[in-house]
Amino acid sequence: MEAYEILANPKNLKRRKIINIVMLTLSVVSGLVAIIPLIYILFYTTAAGISSLNLDFFTQLPKPVGEPGGGIANAIVGSVEIVGLGSAFGIPIGLMSGIYVSEFSKSFFANIVKFVTDVLSGIPSIIIGIFAYGVIVLQTKHFSALAGGFALGILMIPTVTRITEEMLKLVPISLREASLALGISRWKTTLKIVLRTASGGIITGMLLAIARAAGETAPLLFTSFGNSFWSESIDSPTASLPVQIFNYAISPYAEWHQKAWAGAFVLIALVFIISLIVRLITKNKFSQSV
Amino acid sequence: MTNEFLNNINEYDLKEKYLSTNPEDSENPVFIKSEEYVNKDAAVQEKSSHEKSAIAVSTTNLSVWFNDKPGIENVNINIKKDSVTAIIGPSGCGKSTFLRALNFMHDLTPNAVVTGEINILGKDITEYNSIDIRKKVGMVFQKPNPFPTMSIYDNVISGLKLNWGHKKGLYDEIVETSLVQSGLWNEVKDRLKISAYSLSGGQQQRLCIARTLAVKPEIILMDEPTSALDPISTAGIEASIHDLKKIYTFIIVTHNMQQAARVSDFTAYFYLGKLIEHSKTSTVFTKPKEKLTEEYITGKFG
Amino acid sequence: MKKSTGNNSENLKVIKSKNHISDIFFEKTTLFFAFLIICIVFWIIYEMFIDSAPSRDAFGWGFIFSQDWEPVKEQFGALTFIYGTVVSSIIALAIALPVSLGIAIFLSELAPQIIKTTLSFLIEILAAIPSIVFGFWGIFVLAPFMRNTAQPFLESTLGFLPFFTGTKIGFGLLTSGIILAIMIIPIISAISRDVLKTIPQAQREAAYALGATRWEAIKMALLNAKSGILGATVLGLGRAVGETMAVTMVIGNRAQIKISWFEPAYSMASVIANEFAEASGKIHLSSLIEVGLVLFAVTFVINSLARFLIYSTTKKLTVK
Repeated sequence: MEAYEILANPKNLKRRKIINIVMLTLSVVSGLVAIIPLIYILFYTTAAGISSLNLDFFTQLPKPVGEPGGGIANAIVGSVEIVGLGSAFGIPIGLMSGIYVSEFSKSFFANIVKFVTDVLSGIPSIIIGIFAYGVIVLQTKHFSALAGGFALGILMIPTVTRITEEMLKLVPISLREASLALGISRWKTTLKIVLRTASGGIITGMLLAIARAAGETAPLLFTSFGNSFWSESIDSPTASLPVQIFNYAISPYAEWHQKAWAGAFVLIALVFIISLIVRLITKNKFSQSV
Repeated sequence: MTNEFLNNINEYDLKEKYLSTNPEDSENPVFIKSEEYVNKDAAVQEKSSHEKSAIAVSTTNLSVWFNDKPGIENVNINIKKDSVTAIIGPSGCGKSTFLRALNFMHDLTPNAVVTGEINILGKDITEYNSIDIRKKVGMVFQKPNPFPTMSIYDNVISGLKLNWGHKKGLYDEIVETSLVQSGLWNEVKDRLKISAYSLSGGQQQRLCIARTLAVKPEIILMDEPTSALDPISTAGIEASIHDLKKIYTFIIVTHNMQQAARVSDFTAYFYLGKLIEHSKTSTVFTKPKEKLTEEYITGKFG
Repeated sequence: MKKSTGNNSENLKVIKSKNHISDIFFEKTTLFFAFLIICIVFWIIYEMFIDSAPSRDAFGWGFIFSQDWEPVKEQFGALTFIYGTVVSSIIALAIALPVSLGIAIFLSELAPQIIKTTLSFLIEILAAIPSIVFGFWGIFVLAPFMRNTAQPFLESTLGFLPFFTGTKIGFGLLTSGIILAIMIIPIISAISRDVLKTIPQAQREAAYALGATRWEAIKMALLNAKSGILGATVLGLGRAVGETMAVTMVIGNRAQIKISWFEPAYSMASVIANEFAEASGKIHLSSLIEVGLVLFAVTFVINSLARFLIYSTTKKLTVK
């Protein structure tokens, strides 16, 4: 049958109209299907977690099973420490690489770097954990925040690189031309003019990378491992929020489950706040017309 | 036709109309006559008459290739110092390509190759590095491009501030001089710290000109500087150029023949990547030597 | 530079600008950092190889096909975990693909602006939620639901299929498949949306002009974008395969291959997560690392395929 025969046939038309409505409805429904688990998770976690939040939770060390009270202060501090180490390692590498790929993109090498960064972003985080284990834990013969930070730093690199590159590319070439035409050197043009103009977006990239790293559990399981007490230094096993939640969650004790919900709530709140900030920054940046 | 044309356009007319020294005259935009500032600069520079007739830019067999195809071919031209030279020609004839070769702007274009010889201010261009040449040869672009994250003040001195070894104490004076020379001073003198983006298009372009002037180049390249602006801003900029040519060499690409006739001392006509004719503006517009030139001038095409 | 123009070939003097030393230094510095990334990736591959040497030497290629996993007898094989990973990921894809497509269509073709912004923000948040929170929710909310409601229901309706019979403890392949689906929906829908956006509006308008219904025009756009959407799906698959914490918490962690999806199982990432820190002996540790090597190889192939598909679609469409 010719296309126009199919389209013009009135009997077909009714059937096509029904299919049309069904399909469109299904697509709206799937939007809802995606939202329902999200809302459910957010609300459940908030409800379950918020009741266990008190000052002790944030300031006290964990107590042994059976004793009420205690908190996860060491896990929170530990997470800050480990994510801080990771950022100190991963953000400069990501930033510099992003600058290289965007400003010197003509070179063949830049394409290789982009490809390899993509590969890195696809490597499961637990593999990165194994890597950090082999490089640091096996050599030093103990778990440490350093090893955990190393793993998180590697995880952060692809995000920072990619977003830095995209934000720099958004800066119009006319600004670079203006700067170079004044006799300003290439590197000053890049750092003081181009980077400054793209700074909002680049900070976004860093925040996103930090948020992702803060929630990572798998690579920390056998690098920073965990600690029921304060860790003495970055060279010793350190508690972290996600690992602590994991340990509490798989334990058989209801008290600990409560604490785990509270911890999960803290994590979600963090993610939510950072996503909001990111949206605000990028919205501002693009309403400022160039 | 071209004679009448020239008689009706007199650059001094424009100046009388739009430059008023009477600050109470609020009907027209008020530009300070930049003469006194220009003369101050000129005195400091102390040019000899010999120097005045010297050549600023000279090219021999200059060609620019894009992916092995020539954008301009075998251009031989001598551009006099302290004058205004207009580069005219139909779209795509190589005017901008020629201009950009003079300050290594083709570095930004991949697959561009420049061949031949260029002499800037008596020295071969290869004896300069890319930063130094751009301090001597400034450029103003078609679309105004002030730096968005900086104020007016910071924009003007950006060329100095971002290079080491410049006297901070003189910044205020440099900002004022440059803005006066480009005709923007009166409009912005009490709001120098506001963002450059809050200015209108014509003001932004004059800001870009001030920014270029602040670096004190000897040659100023302008790539269709007023094509994106309204007639009043255009007239103001042309008046500034007229005053400033005493101390700077201007090379201005324009697709507007009337502007070329108004503003320039010399005119070069490019067609399909080749330099067809280069002589005094009055000659080019009244008694062109080449047939191609005459056809363009009289509007047969382009 | 020697160039032959139409008339003559002569040696033309090329004018090259000299770069200031500070610019060269800047380029080399950023290059160094970019080079570090390449070093890290190669080092990861190298380290995985070296550290898995003991078990590779001991078991050879048979490692991939063996179901053994006995730390005491020091017999190890990856087949159980490969099975767990593959099946849970395929279940996840089967659920996630239609839903993601629906969302992509809804967001790119149908939704009014305000719903679009809210919905895409919410999906962004979904993508950012840490995997452990999903796992945790899975243990305490989804698993009981599966155990008490969903699995009995499925058994009563689809019980004739071997997939939907067996012990219903709530932890197993099906539950992990569902959680994985929720986790990969954001990425598949986001990329599909981007791909759909690159299809020119003119194509849809042509379809309407011929009398097509809304859905038929959309279907046509989907067909055009199919390799890009396929790429998005494969990318989602890659993510599902590598997902660790959420799966570990709901898959049941029993090293067995059973055909029923209600049964507990074990994935590659999960066994590493559970046993690595307290691995007993060199061979045990090395086998875990070798499982990681297999996981790495699988995700590498999947991600390369995905990238190739997405790249070839966007290239095809933007050139037009």
